[in-house]
Amino acid sequence: MQPFIEVKDLSFSYSLSEQEKIPVLSHFDLTIEKGSFVAILGHNGSGKSTLAKLFNGLQLPDSGQVLIDGKDTADEKNILDIRKNVGLVFQNPDNQIVATIVEEDVAFGPENLGFPQAELRRRVDEALKAVDMYDYRKHEPHRLSGGQKQRVAIAGVIAMEPECIVFDEPTAMLDPKGRQEVMNIILKLNRQLQKTVVLITHYMDEAAQAQRVVVMDNGKIIADDTPHAVFAQVELLKSVGLDVPQPTELIYQLKKAGIAFDKDVLTDEECLEALSRKFSEDEHCQ
Amino acid sequence: MSVIKTENLCYTYSENTPFEKGAIKDINIEIQQGDFIGIIGHTGSGKSTLVQHFNGLLKPTAGKIYVDGEDVWEKPKEIMKLRFKVGLVFQYPEYQLFDETVESDIAFGPKNMGLPEDEIQQRVIDAAKIVGLPEKLLKKSPFDLSGGEKRRAALAGILAMRPEVLVLDEPTAGLDPIGRDTILDRISEYRAQSGTTVLLVSHSMEDVAKVTEKVLVMNNSRVAMYDTVENVYSRAEELAKIGLNVPHVTRIFMALKQKGFPVNDKVFTVDQAAQQLLPLLKKEGK
Repeated sequence: MQPFIEVKDLSFSYSLSEQEKIPVLSHFDLTIEKGSFVAILGHNGSGKSTLAKLFNGLQLPDSGQVLIDGKDTADEKNILDIRKNVGLVFQNPDNQIVATIVEEDVAFGPENLGFPQAELRRRVDEALKAVDMYDYRKHEPHRLSGGQKQRVAIAGVIAMEPECIVFDEPTAMLDPKGRQEVMNIILKLNRQLQKTVVLITHYMDEAAQAQRVVVMDNGKIIADDTPHAVFAQVELLKSVGLDVPQPTELIYQLKKAGIAFDKDVLTDEECLEALSRKFSEDEHCQ
Repeated sequence: MSVIKTENLCYTYSENTPFEKGAIKDINIEIQQGDFIGIIGHTGSGKSTLVQHFNGLLKPTAGKIYVDGEDVWEKPKEIMKLRFKVGLVFQYPEYQLFDETVESDIAFGPKNMGLPEDEIQQRVIDAAKIVGLPEKLLKKSPFDLSGGEKRRAALAGILAMRPEVLVLDEPTAGLDPIGRDTILDRISEYRAQSGTTVLLVSHSMEDVAKVTEKVLVMNNSRVAMYDTVENVYSRAEELAKIGLNVPHVTRIFMALKQKGFPVNDKVFTVDQAAQQLLPLLKKEGK
């Protein structure tokens, strides 16, 4: 697999004043492969969002490097290319919508890149279709639901045709239906449109749908593996203030009380299967 | 004794205009002193419109609302008293912090009540303690606090008025797992100590199951269910139809029961589930 984002020995701190600095990341390394779907977990203040901003040059490292498709974000002549290639979607859809008509909002980015009319039209239409908002193209964004607004914001990023999209808690302000809508789009972007997706989230069930889960604490990576392997480390996650999905938690509590299970579970189905098997074993003994 | 009672309560937005839209229709509910009630329903179901009637922010377009047995709109000039009696914590209350220090922000409500200075001081300290804000933060600007701390400071501002009824509109939205658990724990503890009536508007069926005793389900501007957690959550299919999913553990237990295993599917939290499974799986000396 080809790396798309490479973070090498990166350190970053915010400065309060000349003397006072708050270190966020120190000697941090991370590689994200092209076409992969990576979830990043961590409590507030663990450095997740800072990392997202370093991915497209909104913040620059104090030392070390961020390479996007081999290009250094610290080199000014790369920055336009990098911003085109790494799109960011933030938490609050209301802060990301700039126009009064849905399709004009989606056109804002590519318009700034100076595309001819026909190309602009194609990009906007395709992006709106990708998020299932094409029928709403003439609507006013402020009359849409939270989930719909967030999908419009995502369409605005898709219209730039980036290789990679970084989502920073995109569902935090949405209701369950809106969350589901946005998660479906994220999965589609990765699985059907082959985009590299980085999802920063507080929802464990969302992270469980990624191919790889990276857990951050205090600016360091403390776990990095498949969702099954990461969520199996229940104690570690709890120690840094994170949750595990309910099915995983249930099996963990049973194991702790001395009941043996041979596999870790992540989903309702896996949990149901594990418990059913346990019940059936008991019956055989009787 | 019922602290809040509604009779055929209706509210229509933009009445007598082409944009007329009924937000709540024919609401007949009674809330008893000391109740802890979860209010759930998807976006647009009327939850927020309903709770804004409880402290007189909205005036019903038809029907009546009684607080402590008094018709709220009989003497509209005394509506201010109701604001102190029923404390409403909005969504993202941290956006409403405004004062120079955390202390004076929390003191704003009690000051408006015309309380003496020493009483205000005491209430500020008590409220900060309830929400778990260390005293050293009181002299800081509210804008220097973390997201979770800001949320708790805003909550303290309402608690300092010592309302008889505390209404919280999605108090945990957008917080990380630690921030969420802290807020819920503080609210439960406060309610247990003070006997305050608490209404919790939430999208999270898990949170509601964890802390409340009764559930009010809103759908399509009307009350769809109003009963104990147990009775409401056992109607999983009906809930799913209106876009609400029972907790993962409940779904797993319902499936186990369907397969013929000897479980009681009235479980709504992981702890309850583990407690029930342990003796079942441990018999036979496993």
